[in-house]
Amino acid sequence: MTDIAWIELALTAARPQALGALLRYFRDLDTAEEAFQEACLRAIRTWPDKGPPRDPAAWLIFVGRNSGIDVVRKRSRNDPLPEEEAFSDLSDAEGDMADRLDNSHYRDDILRLMFICCHPDLPATQQIALALRIVSGLSVAQIARAFLVGDSAMEQRITRAKARVAKAGVPFETPGPAERAERLGIVSAMIYLVFNEGYSAGITNPDSAAFCDEAIRLARLLLRIFPAEPEIMGLLALMLLQHSRAKTRIDTNGQIVLLEDQDRSRWDSRLINEALALLDKAIRHRKPGPYQVQAAISALHARAPTPKETDWQEITMLYGLLERIQPSPVVTLNKAVAVSKLEGPEAALEMIAPLAEKLDGYFYFHGVKGGLMMQAGRRPEAREAFDRAIALANSPAECAHIRQQIDKLGAVTPPVV
Amino acid sequence: MLYAILCYAHEETVFAWSREEEEAVMAKLIEVQTPYAEAGKLGPVGRLMPTTAATTVRKGSQEPLVLDGPFAETKEVLLGFYTLDVETLEEAVAFSKALSAVNPGSSSYEIRPFLVFRPGEIKPSETKT
Repeated sequence: MTDIAWIELALTAARPQALGALLRYFRDLDTAEEAFQEACLRAIRTWPDKGPPRDPAAWLIFVGRNSGIDVVRKRSRNDPLPEEEAFSDLSDAEGDMADRLDNSHYRDDILRLMFICCHPDLPATQQIALALRIVSGLSVAQIARAFLVGDSAMEQRITRAKARVAKAGVPFETPGPAERAERLGIVSAMIYLVFNEGYSAGITNPDSAAFCDEAIRLARLLLRIFPAEPEIMGLLALMLLQHSRAKTRIDTNGQIVLLEDQDRSRWDSRLINEALALLDKAIRHRKPGPYQVQAAISALHARAPTPKETDWQEITMLYGLLERIQPSPVVTLNKAVAVSKLEGPEAALEMIAPLAEKLDGYFYFHGVKGGLMMQAGRRPEAREAFDRAIALANSPAECAHIRQQIDKLGAVTPPVV
Repeated sequence: MLYAILCYAHEETVFAWSREEEEAVMAKLIEVQTPYAEAGKLGPVGRLMPTTAATTVRKGSQEPLVLDGPFAETKEVLLGFYTLDVETLEEAVAFSKALSAVNPGSSSYEIRPFLVFRPGEIKPSETKT
């Protein structure tokens, strides 16, 4: 790794803390981003000669704050109205940086930076784009490539999202415990959105696949600043487990490989071990939540050396728990799949029948239904469900996967004479 | 003298390495260790999971407290350690300098003599190197 490559990694790693602190200081996202950018440019100029500082984030905050103050002063000289009110602590320009860093502000700074990307008015894709731009520091071009849109379209989208956030007002007060817990939940959901975007779009677009790593990085960061939150442990464990199968869930032709057909020896044991360690920690808290339960289900797959050894009993029980804490037809659908492994396809078909209306527009529902019908030997109904699934497929890979199922169906159908 | 050599680094950066970057760094670190291992001077070596996987047991007023996270909330955290059996501190310094030279960033290595050392008899099963 070259020096510059290392510096870029260090800048990216320090970004959430440094930008979060600068945002609190200047109370304006654009000013904070400019100040951070300027500090990064200086880092690239001076670190190769002087060596990297011991605490890159503190260095960037200090340099960024000073350069931001210069900019604001220049602006206010050209402006008849003093802008001192626009940001806090200007008189504190020589203040002790370490003092500001050592207090517990920085974790709320990072949380705030993530939280402003989750404005409820922003659709999921805009939340993802904004978080990747602001918190992760990905370039507009990188994000545009991942979403398969042009640079200027993505630039516009991000600018609009930022304006929306600014209009809503950024909450600068230190949050109380209840508010902080609520923010953590919202931010966790946003991180999982980032992961899922990478997970699903990454099948065909390697630029999106990087989102999975980014989401994992953000979750690690969040857990580092809130180390005793079992749901963040669960979220991180869940993503690590899903990511551990990244190399095996798509074959060389870009086709989806089902969990039971994946080469388990190629699952990333390092990610699995970390996830299992996190789950062990989370369970000690005895505060189960949706991420922990989903991670626990995923862990049972990871622990099974072969698909046959999967503990479907335990998985069914966990889906039952998930149904209680976060009821949703999709959870019931997943539970039905587990039940089919224990009691056969008819029992599962009975369970999913009441879901038909709610999940009629859902690809996975018809895929599962087709599979169960096929197992039950009800070929015409299987065919019907698979056709419906193809019509709803979100990607060519999903489409191709269902076609394979239909081929299997054809293989057992007596040829029409 | 038997030394423990402790590696400190910014985990935000280290755990953001791509698989390729990571493999390149590890290959160079192994290269430094090989001659010491062949000379019978290198003891157990470990690398630790991120501090998010750490749990700390701390003395409480009555019962010991079990807390999530690493022992101290410092920016630089313990990433792993080497066990080195050499005659002099100079040799331990040379080894650490060589590691430092191939390790990008601001990693520090703390050299601290062992008070007690037990090689142990565990056979690692799950953790792959």
